This record gives sequence, C-alpha cells and structure tokens, in this order.
Amino acid sequence: MTENPDFFDLIRQYAPNIINKVPYANTLGFELVDLEPGKAIARAPYKPETIGDIETGIIHGGVVTALLDNVSGVSVIAALSEMKSTATLDLRIDYMRPAEVGRDIIAEAECYHMTRTVAFTRAWAYHESRDRVIATASGSFALNTIKGFPTNTGEGS
Amino acid sequence: MSEDILQRQKKLQDYLNRTPFADFIGFKCEIMGDEMTAILPFEEKIIGNPSIRALHGGATGAFLELTAMAQLFLLSDEVSLAKPINLTIDYLRQAKAENLYARATVTKQGRRIANVHAEAWQSERARPVATLSAHFLLGSGE
Repeated sequence: MTENPDFFDLIRQYAPNIINKVPYANTLGFELVDLEPGKAIARAPYKPETIGDIETGIIHGGVVTALLDNVSGVSVIAALSEMKSTATLDLRIDYMRPAEVGRDIIAEAECYHMTRTVAFTRAWAYHESRDRVIATASGSFALNTIKGFPTNTGEGS
Repeated sequence: MSEDILQRQKKLQDYLNRTPFADFIGFKCEIMGDEMTAILPFEEKIIGNPSIRALHGGATGAFLELTAMAQLFLLSDEVSLAKPINLTIDYLRQAKAENLYARATVTKQGRRIANVHAEAWQSERARPVATLSAHFLLGSGE
C-alpha cells in the first residue's frame, strides 16, 4: 500500500462524514473515534431499541454487523492514496461472545492489503480491548475510480 | 392447514415481539403456507450511501440475519432464540432505495447447530442483491 501523507490529511477531514452523514450509521448512533492510515475505530452506543432479545437485553448481532461493515469500509478509505469509491464485496463475521448489556461497542478495523481493484480488511468488536472480543470480521471491498477525480499514479497491485 | 398457519403466525409474532431491533429497522414478514418472505420496507434511515442512494450493507446484512433467525424460529420447537456463531454476507449488487425482500432456507439443522442460507432481492427475484450463509447455535447452550 502506498502512503500519501497529503492525501491522508484530506481523508482525515472527509472520513467523519462516512459515518456522520450516513443515515443508517446515524440511526444507530455510530461515531468515528480514531483514524490512522489504513486503520479506523468507531463506536456504537447501547440503545434499547436495538436489543435482539428482550429476555437478555443484549444488542442484536445486526448492529455489530453494521458497525463492523462501516468501520471496515472507513479503514479502506483511510488506506487509499487517491480517491476511489468502495463497495463491500463480502463480509464474514465470527461471534465470540455476546456484547454486555448497557455498554457501548467499539470496533477497530485495518485494511491490510490493497490492489488497484480490491481491498482486504480485518476488524474486531469489543468493549475494552482486543483481548476480549465480541466479534471479529474479515472483509473485501471493491474499489472504483471516481469519475472526475484525476488518477495521479499508475502503480498496479 | 389454516390451524398450522395461524400457529406459525403466532410463533413468528412472538419472535418479533421479543426482538426490538426487528421493529426498529422495520422488519416485516408474510407467511404463505410453509414459506416465509421477509420484507424490509424502504425508509430513508437505512440508506448507506446518500450520493448514490444505496442501502447500507449493514442494513441488508442485519435484515438477512433477522430473516434467517425468523425462519429458524418458525421451523424449530425451541423457545429460546438462535444465536449466531458466524455469518458470511456476499454483496452481489447495489441495493437501491427500494423495498428489500428475503427468504431463508435451513440447509441443515442438527441438535445444537443449524446452517442457514438466505437471499435478498429487490425488483427481480432472480437478481439477488445479497446472500447470507450462517451458522447458529440452537437452544440455551453456551
């Protein structure tokens, strides 16, 4: 992956929009916590309306899926060295343990490999640290050049 | 026959009543005989990309997960809800700002673990927008 510090500064300004201006992420109350080149951390608040089973009070897996999908996508954007659009190709999620009732969920993602057309990600959801994960995810994302954005480099995968 | 359908409808209603998240994203379903079709009516809040008006992958994914769990609950005698062990979602096409439909098939149901496949589509059944393949833990086991 090529790192382009100037371009990352641009991404850093734009990245919060990928969560804040996304209606579904807003609906679920997601927020971007941290951004580094190729890495992103986001938070999902505990909301009673997103409970999966009222008998346990545990948040539905679908919220974890959405958070992991979103933060993985942001990590891909944080790894770009030129503007491209991203679309999730696939996402696999393994659930290790239920989330705890009443606690926010943090998700951290890294884009660990990128070709011209595809990016690969790993992500972890937890309350405190990666030592005790709620779920892990691995994803792949299709990359497309955005019309109107000049492509400045021709380097391949 | 109608007795069966009534019973299934009641069972499904029980499932939905105890899952606030289903109501939150607007999950609906219809039972036709032994088949269930789930519906996610389009709402602005499930948009993931406002510039191209595409649904959020997390909304599509959650909808497929709810469909799979509803289908499992409908077919099993379990009182507790199935818990997801893992799932893979393939995003095949862009989901547009329209209603989303899904059906799930229980591929294998063991004593403790079930494998479920689900497919979501929009205007054409033959052109799915996303598919799900998942394993669930049944019963109250940890």
